[in-house]
Amino acid sequence: MIKAENISKWFDGQRILYDINATFETGKTNLIIGQSGSGKTVFMKCLIGLLQPEEGQILYDGRAIRNMNNDERRLLRTEIGMLFQGSALFDNETVLGNVMFPLKMFSPLSHAGQLERAQFCIDRVGLTNANNKYPSEISGGMQKRVAIARAIALNPKYLFCDEPNSGLDPKTSILIDELLSDITHEYGMTTIINTHDMNSVLGIGENIVFINKGHCDWIGNDKNIFRSKSHSLNDFVFASKLFQEVKLVLEREADYKAQ
Amino acid sequence: MIVSSIKTFGKYCMFLTQVFRTPDKWRVFFSNLLFEINKLGVDSIPLVLIISLFIGAVICIQMTLNIVSPLIPSYSTGLATREILLLEFSSTMMCLILAGKVGSNIASEIGTMRVTEQIDAMDIMGINSANYIVMPKIMGFILFVPVLCVFSMFFGLVGGWFIAEFTSMLTVENYIFGIQSFFNEWYVWYGIIKTVVFAFLITSIAAFYGYYVKGGALEVGKASTNAVVSSSILILLADVILTKLLLE
Ligand SMILES: Nc1ncnc2c1ncn2[C@@H]1O[C@H](COP(=O)(O)OP(=O)(O)O)[C@@H](O)[C@H]1O
Ligand SMILES: [Mg+2]
Repeated sequence: MIKAENISKWFDGQRILYDINATFETGKTNLIIGQSGSGKTVFMKCLIGLLQPEEGQILYDGRAIRNMNNDERRLLRTEIGMLFQGSALFDNETVLGNVMFPLKMFSPLSHAGQLERAQFCIDRVGLTNANNKYPSEISGGMQKRVAIARAIALNPKYLFCDEPNSGLDPKTSILIDELLSDITHEYGMTTIINTHDMNSVLGIGENIVFINKGHCDWIGNDKNIFRSKSHSLNDFVFASKLFQEVKLVLEREADYKAQ
Repeated sequence: MIVSSIKTFGKYCMFLTQVFRTPDKWRVFFSNLLFEINKLGVDSIPLVLIISLFIGAVICIQMTLNIVSPLIPSYSTGLATREILLLEFSSTMMCLILAGKVGSNIASEIGTMRVTEQIDAMDIMGINSANYIVMPKIMGFILFVPVLCVFSMFFGLVGGWFIAEFTSMLTVENYIFGIQSFFNEWYVWYGIIKTVVFAFLITSIAAFYGYYVKGGALEVGKASTNAVVSSSILILLADVILTKLLLE
């Protein structure tokens, strides 16, 4: 379980995050949703410790990052896997090289054991015949899969994903979402996913934190997101034509029940 | 202006303390080191070779044309060509040229890694990214650059020999005699010491600019230009200081 308490963050005197409180549960896919530019990435980087929030603290299963010494922080880092928005694969390494990378640096396994583990992760994310290709030679969806394989190589307890399906077609997005959800439940990880995609929200939104212009405006899940009273959330959710239709149906349903 | 330069210098020093740490895994470090020696050093050989041949030839022509006094012995053409190559060209000029090639290569590569979050990805894994990425580059280039320097000296002299052999400006005997006379071995060491210092400046400054890029592709381009400009200026400055220290 990861807990964020009263997180505030400034950049050059400009406030980006306002006093955010949130809890992300173990064994669930936790979503951080919000418009582009609302501060999701900054919040996630604060959670991981890539950025230092000026106020508030982050607790990993009760351990505050701020109070950790360097060794404890390094140890924590090996328990974290992260999927970056642009995949952040190493250009000069092959697919196998990318997945091998964290193993090569941190795994106590023998070389053969590391190869086996890397191959297991590559198979797990459903990549075939791509081991010797370079990141520039494979599609965006495959890059995401490689990034997931790399992120789970060391069997992390915590998995962070920044917009895992940005730039992917809807079908591939759903496949990636399902993969993340499966992995999370299979290994009991604490998974946190940044997204602005309503398909993901409805597909894997077991616990949802909505951020609007740096404020945490709503916390809930995919079951109650359509029945929220928050204006900003409704603006976000019902922005597209499709969901406006949904809204009409929901309103009609409510009227019908009221009668 | 002065304050910001001092700040930048401080940040550069902090960066270097990040870079020069014990590597997480020595085996990985050595394999990266070999890779960088190959990429930054060995791949620069053709460039160094071509430039040295031509400049050697041009210096030889210039010396022949300009030393026409009957008072000066005819072997002085070879002598002057050799001294120019050993003292300045094969160290300073070659490093200025390599600052363009190697410096921009390093700055743009590391800058791209920064803006595509590859560096963040390493940091997240708990790897000291500055050490992992930059140290092999600095060490690799420093280790190989003496070879480039000696190469450049040799092929510069070969360039002059071509002029002696294939034109009627001077005779081969004269040239060979010239490049052998009054030889001071220290000048070779002086050239090598300078190139090592310059190599450190080129690689560390380029890495510094690349590592702290913020933004996107445009900023990466700017960082690589800035890296080349700054390292060129610092090479010239270091040249003055080293010459004063080493030749007096
Ligand atoms: N390193 C930074 N320096 C200054 N401002 C930043 C930095 N990173 C992000 N911001 C600002 O923070 C705001 C939120 O950005 P971000 O978290 O990337 O949004 P998103 O929700 O799309 O991920 C933006 O207005 C952005 O300009
Ligand atoms: Mg973002």
